Amino acid sequence: MSDIAGFGAAPPPASAVDEELESAPHIRNFTMNFGPQHPAAHGVMRMVLEMDGEVIERADPHIGLLHRGTEKLIEYKTYLQAIPYFDRLDYVSPMCQEHAFSLAVEKLMGIEPPPRGKYIRVLFAEVTRILNHLLNVCAFGLDLGAITPFLWGFEERERLMEFYERASGARLHANYFRPGGVHMDLPPRLVDDIASFCETFPQTIDDIEHLLTDNRIFRQRTVNIGVLSAADAADWGMSGPMLRASGVAWDLRRAQPYDAYAEMDFDVPVGRNGDCFDRYLVRIEEMRQSVRIIRQCLEKLPPGPVKINDRKVAPPPRAEMKSSMEALIHHFKLYTEGYHVPAGETYTAVEAPKGEFGVYLVADGTNRPYRCKIRAPGFAFLQATEFLCKGHMLADLVAVVGSMDIVFGEIDR
Amino acid sequence: MDENLEGLAEHLAAALPGVVQGWTLRHGELAIEVPREAVLDVLSFLRDDPQCRFTVLCDICGVDYPDRPQRFDVVYNLLSMSRNLRIRVKLQTDEEQPVPSVTGLFSAAGWWEREAFDLYGIYFSEHPDLRRILTDYGFDGHPLRKDFPLTGYVELRYDEDQKRVVYEPVKLKQEFRSFDFLSPWEGMDSILPGDEKASAAAAEKDSKAP
Repeated sequence: MSDIAGFGAAPPPASAVDEELESAPHIRNFTMNFGPQHPAAHGVMRMVLEMDGEVIERADPHIGLLHRGTEKLIEYKTYLQAIPYFDRLDYVSPMCQEHAFSLAVEKLMGIEPPPRGKYIRVLFAEVTRILNHLLNVCAFGLDLGAITPFLWGFEERERLMEFYERASGARLHANYFRPGGVHMDLPPRLVDDIASFCETFPQTIDDIEHLLTDNRIFRQRTVNIGVLSAADAADWGMSGPMLRASGVAWDLRRAQPYDAYAEMDFDVPVGRNGDCFDRYLVRIEEMRQSVRIIRQCLEKLPPGPVKINDRKVAPPPRAEMKSSMEALIHHFKLYTEGYHVPAGETYTAVEAPKGEFGVYLVADGTNRPYRCKIRAPGFAFLQATEFLCKGHMLADLVAVVGSMDIVFGEIDR
Repeated sequence: MDENLEGLAEHLAAALPGVVQGWTLRHGELAIEVPREAVLDVLSFLRDDPQCRFTVLCDICGVDYPDRPQRFDVVYNLLSMSRNLRIRVKLQTDEEQPVPSVTGLFSAAGWWEREAFDLYGIYFSEHPDLRRILTDYGFDGHPLRKDFPLTGYVELRYDEDQKRVVYEPVKLKQEFRSFDFLSPWEGMDSILPGDEKASAAAAEKDSKAP
């Protein structure tokens, strides 16, 4: 080499080579901060990433930035006052969480809502599922660069939230499901309007699917990204669409039916590969199944009372209070002291849109819960971030986080 | 369902003699109590035994009973998808005695245990990464303990002069009020002032009667 170049430089001695290697810039992994104000972080997630170039070596999510001490607050409130806190956990699927708490209290008290109350609860649990999946599917698309589905999806969400408002008086924080039934009966014509929504909504799903499912960019970003096998899914405590996308046909509505789900006819969609794309497909199909359940609820909706006829649990009707002293006393006692739940404990779970939402409730016989542990599905999902993202590119992290359907209200509690 | 759970409880009591300290079946839910040291054996048995197959760890949580010498309960909620059953495993510990971590058995346990450590101060031995999870960086205390006040000890605000967030002792504009709505006629354990006279008079009458 030195001959050709004609520089005549002698090859460097061995010790000099070592020295040069040592003085060469040391290559080490790059630590990067993702969030907590990142638009793709779905809220206030901070993630500390260790990057080897563009490849994720380690991901450490820092959560708790939205921690409000819900479990502690519930210990200081009566059972009735605890329900609004559940709306504020996962704020895109409020009613399903009220559902879990109501079922837990009902189990401890040994009461059961009347049939119409059960059907209304199932009806609105499914409306909630569509609300949640619409947000997730569309925001997932947005994360990966598709803006239009988001706009279409939010139009439909607004219609659904109008149903919320007509039934409960609030668009978002409904406080509608109560132990012993629901707060009020449906207003007139709401049933017809939900039925006409069921006619038009499948077309919107088709439109959204038309933009996403066969879209080349969308597929390139999601297929074979964040693959989770069935065994790993169980090991990481997955539930809901995350679990079903891995091929496990497990749905609490089917396996451990509560309220009127036993009387509903619906399919449980499962995925095959357990990747981000399958999770998206499972959610799309679940929306179609939800429409099916809503139709059945509307058809079969039985007449009768919507809440239990027990004045120690459910308040008397307004009209009765005008003339009956006893009704007035009951009303006053219910909204000050509340009811006493017999001592005991229960773990009650529902199939919330995101997965298994459980309430571990310990009652000590007073009017306040002794302990109310909230088992949020998203907490388990986020925990597996490192497992799912290791070895993937940074951009895939956005896809994985988007497909997990995480909402920080329920994770941080 | 109840027969299944009862059979399961008997199966567990037979397979793990001396470990299952007791079991209860209420509201269609089975709960077993185990000693702290045996939790790894119990959970691995529950996971691997062909009659159990509790492969999903749904939840780990702490419960505080400050009056007990072993003040904390640690509760494991498990789910068996193949048998469609749930089980609850409970054990007791205190502020110092560590509970063996089950992260080796269930990957999901990592964060649930961190949460129990953060909120209750329960230690888990052999946990790979026992840090705080939900509370603030540098938080002091364990907020879900019954002796931790609901309002906490510190509050924070952005200080315009120092250009950063500062922590200060919590100042309440209004005194914290905890209403005692318990009716004096039913469900109340405490004695109203003056009630002891009535019971004393009754006791006196009883002793005089014969």
